[in-house]
Amino acid sequence: MKEDRLFYCIVDVIVCLILIIILYPLIFIVSSSFSSTEAVISGRVLLFPVDFSLEGYKAVFKTNDVLIGYRNSLFYTVVGTFINVSMTMMAAYPLSRKDMEGRNLLMMIFAFTMIFNGGMIPTYMLIRSLKMLNTPWALLIPGAISVYNLIITRTYIQTSIPGELLEASKIDGCSDSKYLLKIVLPLSKPVIAVITLYYAIGHWNAYFNAFLYITNEKLFPLQLVLRNILLANQIDGSMVTDPELLRVKQGLADLLRYSLIVVSSVPVLIIYPFIQKHFVKGVMIGSIKG
Amino acid sequence: MAFQAKELYQYKESVRYASVSNRVAKVLKKNWQLYLYMLLPMLYLIIFAYGPMFGIVIAFKDFSPQHGIWGSKWVGLKNFNEFLNSYQFIQVLKNTLLISVYSLFVSFPIPIILALIINVIRNETFKKATQMIVYIPHFISTVVLVGMIHQIFNPIIGLYGNLYTRITGKAAFDIMTKPETFLHMYVWSGVWQNMGWNSIIYIAALSSVSNELHEAAQIDGASRFKRILHIDLPSILPTAVTLLILNCGHIMSVGFEKVFLMQNPLNLKYSEVISTYVYKIGIASGGGDFSYSTAIGLFNSVINFILILTVNAISKKISETSLW
Repeated sequence: MKEDRLFYCIVDVIVCLILIIILYPLIFIVSSSFSSTEAVISGRVLLFPVDFSLEGYKAVFKTNDVLIGYRNSLFYTVVGTFINVSMTMMAAYPLSRKDMEGRNLLMMIFAFTMIFNGGMIPTYMLIRSLKMLNTPWALLIPGAISVYNLIITRTYIQTSIPGELLEASKIDGCSDSKYLLKIVLPLSKPVIAVITLYYAIGHWNAYFNAFLYITNEKLFPLQLVLRNILLANQIDGSMVTDPELLRVKQGLADLLRYSLIVVSSVPVLIIYPFIQKHFVKGVMIGSIKG
Repeated sequence: MAFQAKELYQYKESVRYASVSNRVAKVLKKNWQLYLYMLLPMLYLIIFAYGPMFGIVIAFKDFSPQHGIWGSKWVGLKNFNEFLNSYQFIQVLKNTLLISVYSLFVSFPIPIILALIINVIRNETFKKATQMIVYIPHFISTVVLVGMIHQIFNPIIGLYGNLYTRITGKAAFDIMTKPETFLHMYVWSGVWQNMGWNSIIYIAALSSVSNELHEAAQIDGASRFKRILHIDLPSILPTAVTLLILNCGHIMSVGFEKVFLMQNPLNLKYSEVISTYVYKIGIASGGGDFSYSTAIGLFNSVINFILILTVNAISKKISETSLW
């Protein structure tokens, strides 16, 4: 239909506009990070890098805090995610078993924490009284199980692994543990991938717990270092008397920020295209009621 | 006779007891490995999720570190009264509601529209690419997002400043210092970050619409736009209604992270919400007032709890879907 052709055209234009709105800020940041200080402060960067340079990245990798933060975040992400996934599986498998007595009660005990919690201050006091302040444990143990992910996992195991498999294994004398290792784990690989990614990205992007519980700079995760550099006030102007030098310093600080944004987001964005479908799958499983 | 009755009762009781313990033994014997697995997660849950709930008692006490949680003096509802009568109460309540209602109004319909639009795209590759791109911002951390806002809207060296100067020839006004800007920035950066992600569920619902409906409508001469209104939209309406109702349950819970990062002394008039206020009273001020801040937090949690239960009940009635 003629009317439709026009409509499809309008839709294509709107989609392109949306894509520009989404992509332009990202491209601008990346392009700025690859430009020279002069080009950034004089505002010549609009779409592509101007006077291509790696000054910003050199500055980033010379900043010790950033390197420490990067290392710490890698550690928290790897170890934290391992704890998350093991704990979640340990809870999800029994809760998926319809023949386990009291499973509904246990599930309710978990689900209740989704809608009510102790709040910021009592949690802080608990962490303090457990002597976990200023230790890596404060970032690894609280939040070890996300009930949302637990429900996703449980729902997946329940709906995608047929109950007959359990009966057949039981007849062959398979124990519950063996069944978990030999049957459930291999068959739940897709959902394990989903929750691993959810947890890992959560750890990489988190700053709140570290902000509350960690004051020792050696333990800062990257996001906290970022916060201090990106959102702290501009460098102290009174220290530099030469206005031209101040401008250059300001410019470098700015360039550093652009590069820092890129460097910190790269791990997530590099793996993103490969994992996108897993994430989407997670949303889908999550929307099925458990 | 009385003696006999007592005997009989004791006998019956012992049988009942034996049968209960028998049953427990049987259940444990059959599935002991399952319970063993639950042990560690339950321990975690009791300590880290239920533990803090016991700490809530200090909201009703005058907590002092020397006396500890249990030794401190009971003060009843004093902390709650103090908060409800303080001049910050209206302020933080108003800000919390304003932010979440504004967010809800804007960020609820946009993903629906986006999903409808994406669903119209005919070229599969273009459609896939679009989906992939609109999900990207979801994975950017809050710190980086707020950092990006600061860089882009800087009046001197940011993109906003540059363009403004280029177009008008004048120096740009620093919009970040205007208190009202906070609201718009908060909400619209949220839209930018999450509209794609939140559209996933609608796109999925749309992809399950049967093709026959569309074909039949086409034969009847319905244009693509008409088919959106009469086929696509009704098919995602149940999902939308459910999500809307459930979102209303979170109207009093504005997260701490983004608001706190976006706060500056100039925009506090709009940016101080309950969670950031709790933080400032309880932790930021050094030897904070734990009791008072816990009371404020509890006040908020209880309202959230009631809201969620209410909207869930409503959702169950209207759309037959609920959280549990």
